[in-house]
Amino acid sequence: MHLAHYLGLLHRAQVNLADAFRQVADAHGDEPDIEHLCQQQAKRCDAHAEQLHPFATRYSEDAPDEPDRLHSQLFSGTRTGGIGLLRDLQDLYLMAAECDIAWTVVGQAAYGARDEDLLAVVRRCEGETAIQLKWLRTRMKAAAPQALVVAD
Amino acid sequence: MVDRIADPWGERTPYGPGQEWPVRVDRFLDGDRTEADVDRWVQSASVLHSNGDALDIAVADGRIVGVRGRAVDRINRGRVDPKDLYGWQANHSPDRLTRPLVRDGDRLVETDWDTAMGRIVARSKELLSGPGGWGHFGFYTTGQLFLEEYYALGVIGKAGLGTPHMDGNTRLCTATAAAAMKASFGTDGQPGSYTDVDHCDAIALWGHNVAETQTVLWMRMLDRRRGPNPPAMLAVDPRATPVAREADLHLAVRNGTNVALMNGLLREIIRRGWYDRDYVDAHTLGFEELCRVVDGYPPRRVADICDVPAADVERAAELLGTSRRLLSTVLQGFYQSNQATAAACGVNNLHLVRGMIGRPGAGIYQMNGQPTAQNTRETGADGDLPGLRNWENTAHIEELARLWNVEVDTIPHWAPPTHAMQIFRYAEQGSIKLLWITATNPAVSLPDLSRIRRILAKRELFVVVQDLFLTETAELADVVLPAATWGEKTGTFTSVDRTVHISDKAVDPPGEARPDLDIFLDYARRMGFRDRDGQPLIPWTGPQEVFEAWKECSRGRPCDYTGITYEKLRGGSGIQWPCTEEHPDGTERLYTDGRFNTDPDYCETYGHDLATGAEFTEPEYRAKEPQGRAFLHTVDYQPSPEVPDDDHPMLLTTGRTVYQFHTRTKTGRAPQLNAAAPEVWVELHPGDAARLGIGEGDLVGISSARGGIEARARISGIRPGVVFVPFHYGYFDQDPDDRTPRAANELTITAWDPVSKQPLFKVAAVAVAKLADGRGVPSPAPTVGGSAPLADAGVPPTVGGPTARATSGKE
Repeated sequence: MHLAHYLGLLHRAQVNLADAFRQVADAHGDEPDIEHLCQQQAKRCDAHAEQLHPFATRYSEDAPDEPDRLHSQLFSGTRTGGIGLLRDLQDLYLMAAECDIAWTVVGQAAYGARDEDLLAVVRRCEGETAIQLKWLRTRMKAAAPQALVVAD
Repeated sequence: MVDRIADPWGERTPYGPGQEWPVRVDRFLDGDRTEADVDRWVQSASVLHSNGDALDIAVADGRIVGVRGRAVDRINRGRVDPKDLYGWQANHSPDRLTRPLVRDGDRLVETDWDTAMGRIVARSKELLSGPGGWGHFGFYTTGQLFLEEYYALGVIGKAGLGTPHMDGNTRLCTATAAAAMKASFGTDGQPGSYTDVDHCDAIALWGHNVAETQTVLWMRMLDRRRGPNPPAMLAVDPRATPVAREADLHLAVRNGTNVALMNGLLREIIRRGWYDRDYVDAHTLGFEELCRVVDGYPPRRVADICDVPAADVERAAELLGTSRRLLSTVLQGFYQSNQATAAACGVNNLHLVRGMIGRPGAGIYQMNGQPTAQNTRETGADGDLPGLRNWENTAHIEELARLWNVEVDTIPHWAPPTHAMQIFRYAEQGSIKLLWITATNPAVSLPDLSRIRRILAKRELFVVVQDLFLTETAELADVVLPAATWGEKTGTFTSVDRTVHISDKAVDPPGEARPDLDIFLDYARRMGFRDRDGQPLIPWTGPQEVFEAWKECSRGRPCDYTGITYEKLRGGSGIQWPCTEEHPDGTERLYTDGRFNTDPDYCETYGHDLATGAEFTEPEYRAKEPQGRAFLHTVDYQPSPEVPDDDHPMLLTTGRTVYQFHTRTKTGRAPQLNAAAPEVWVELHPGDAARLGIGEGDLVGISSARGGIEARARISGIRPGVVFVPFHYGYFDQDPDDRTPRAANELTITAWDPVSKQPLFKVAAVAVAKLADGRGVPSPAPTVGGSAPLADAGVPPTVGGPTARATSGKE
């Protein structure tokens, strides 16, 4: 059963996203909404990771070796300025998208494993990841014309 | 004779449920004048608060000499707020701006209109010439102009320049009211009527010190409280305001915890069966989700978060849950606090689950803070589109494009209009290069003032300020335009409960000062804005033409004005919109049939996630199949972005006194009002004061991560751990070379609600320390209102004396 690997993937993606949200919050303190909401969403990611942890442990007991190239690196630090903010938010968007699809995959596997508890966690968390995507899209849509067309 | 400084609310005229509120005509005339000395009375309404009290301006020898309430009007039945009784004197202040000013190095020098407007137009054309030129313009307007002025400004911005960067200071006062009504009911528009006070059996005031912000509405409530079968009263406020003292139950919640309280109250009401299952089933969406969220807020948890007794939470739920005609009013304690939109939606939820909406006595007032804020919202001079249209709905944008005869994509609709704090951020970053500020004073009223002053003073930012006086903001401008004010120009405006009034010109403005509308029309003419056929985009020459154009824009929308004319507004009472051919006398209450404005083709928004502000899309909204049902939205409580810590262990809240309005631009120039509240103060709980060694009148330093101020201490009934500083006091009346920091907004945090984008003025962490002994001299805080001293303090009472003598006649 390979579910443990995907749980591990999702768990690490949530931890990485939490860390990236915090880095973006720190780097863009002059944008108070970014700072506050990134900190808030980082906590949500922490909570997701925490809820996944017992399942990752439980399923790892009968897991074969981890396949190659399971994890990918989507974030390599923050940038500055208006366009830098857009790019940072885009990184967060891609990382949240990775979590989003991983929730779907893990949710499907939870059905297959007849694991009601895991399914409940997926149901609780996947909606919050979807909101993260929506918020990032909303904020980027508003910022894009000024950053790309107007700013010097 | 009555001293309306000593007694802002005047004599009671008690009445019972279902009775008409008795008439009481308040009057104040200059000096020893009597009505016989008045040449003529000119119809108007109040512009020093949001209540919309109708009054007549007394004119003698070509000057304003006083005011008198209009007995015929549905809102005030003759009563006048003390700010209006005395505030008109500011029109005559010797320091009124009478000529335009332009910057010459470090100085502002007088000039003529051609030179001043020429500079603005030259800079505008230069900025507009490049790609993305629209994005260099920002407009920051107000809640104190007239409807016609906002509409003209909105068309200039949206169809002339094509910029989304236009907002009002309404963002600070009423953005959450609009956001909450859009979220719950589909569009902006106040469900209730002021006459709900006449019929209700319970009144809940949510963060609303109505006694000081809308005195006439408070008089109406007090008159019911003194009459037979009075309504029960619940107050939620960290301060011991007159409302809190009057209420049967006062919840002095910890600032920033309103959502936890609302969730807890809803839980009790649902669990104890005090909700209307039939109404919920027929007229709302989201009840199951609401139950799921609020279930996590039992009274004990609410008590922990809000720091109020659990038993009081239960008592409040019973008061609300067992009432039969419940009236709620909401203001800045909710709007300017943490999770503002979610908290205000909580009040809407309460009324929806109890079916307490759309019938006499069962009403909601999501209040405004300013007299004409409603119009800023309706006409799209803030973060809304004209006619309460939905920026995401292409059909709505096409309607505007047809109306203005411009290309659809001229009108910015790729994202919501830019909110005020973001406009200032773009100016800070340099992408907004021209900022036009009308009738507001951000150098005193926005959060974190040292930052705001730094932005306004930037050399690269061309700042235009249009005002009556050389405000703290005007001092930093590149061009200052002298504006006419109330009494010197004609226009209309609309109260909280949708009542439209006309305010006619009574006298000429001083010197070369011009009505704001004339200034906007002059700019449009000089800029040569054209429509699609090459004709002038803005062909109007005066307010009545703009009003007629606005009527067309409002047609078929919730705020339909098509049945109103200037003639109809003259002589009688104000009229409530929607007013149409079918409803020529206006409409007293909305949603009387339980059908809300949530149809996808009609609504003003497709909705947001209340925790983040994430926007939902049209398909997502349609999938909910609202079918005229209202939405029950709630979220979990989250702490404010700033909470007390070791360095800043106390919570700061800011607010108003009954005697001053905003940054005192007018009220500070009315002698009776200014004498009653001449200087800033800070309110402390006696326990905190004792711990810090602070006594009444001592000079106190208050500091936050942003800055520090000094103020004299008033030991008051505020909750422990919280200090209050009024936000009125800036620097215009201090020696420019010796200004002591005293503006409350030196301390406040740059942060806002994710949906309404309203800044958080009620939750900053501060440190408080004694600086000097008061030597027995009490603080300058009024003894009337929320700043009242403790009973045994021996502070002399605030009085107005002989120059404040007004009359009050009952009929």
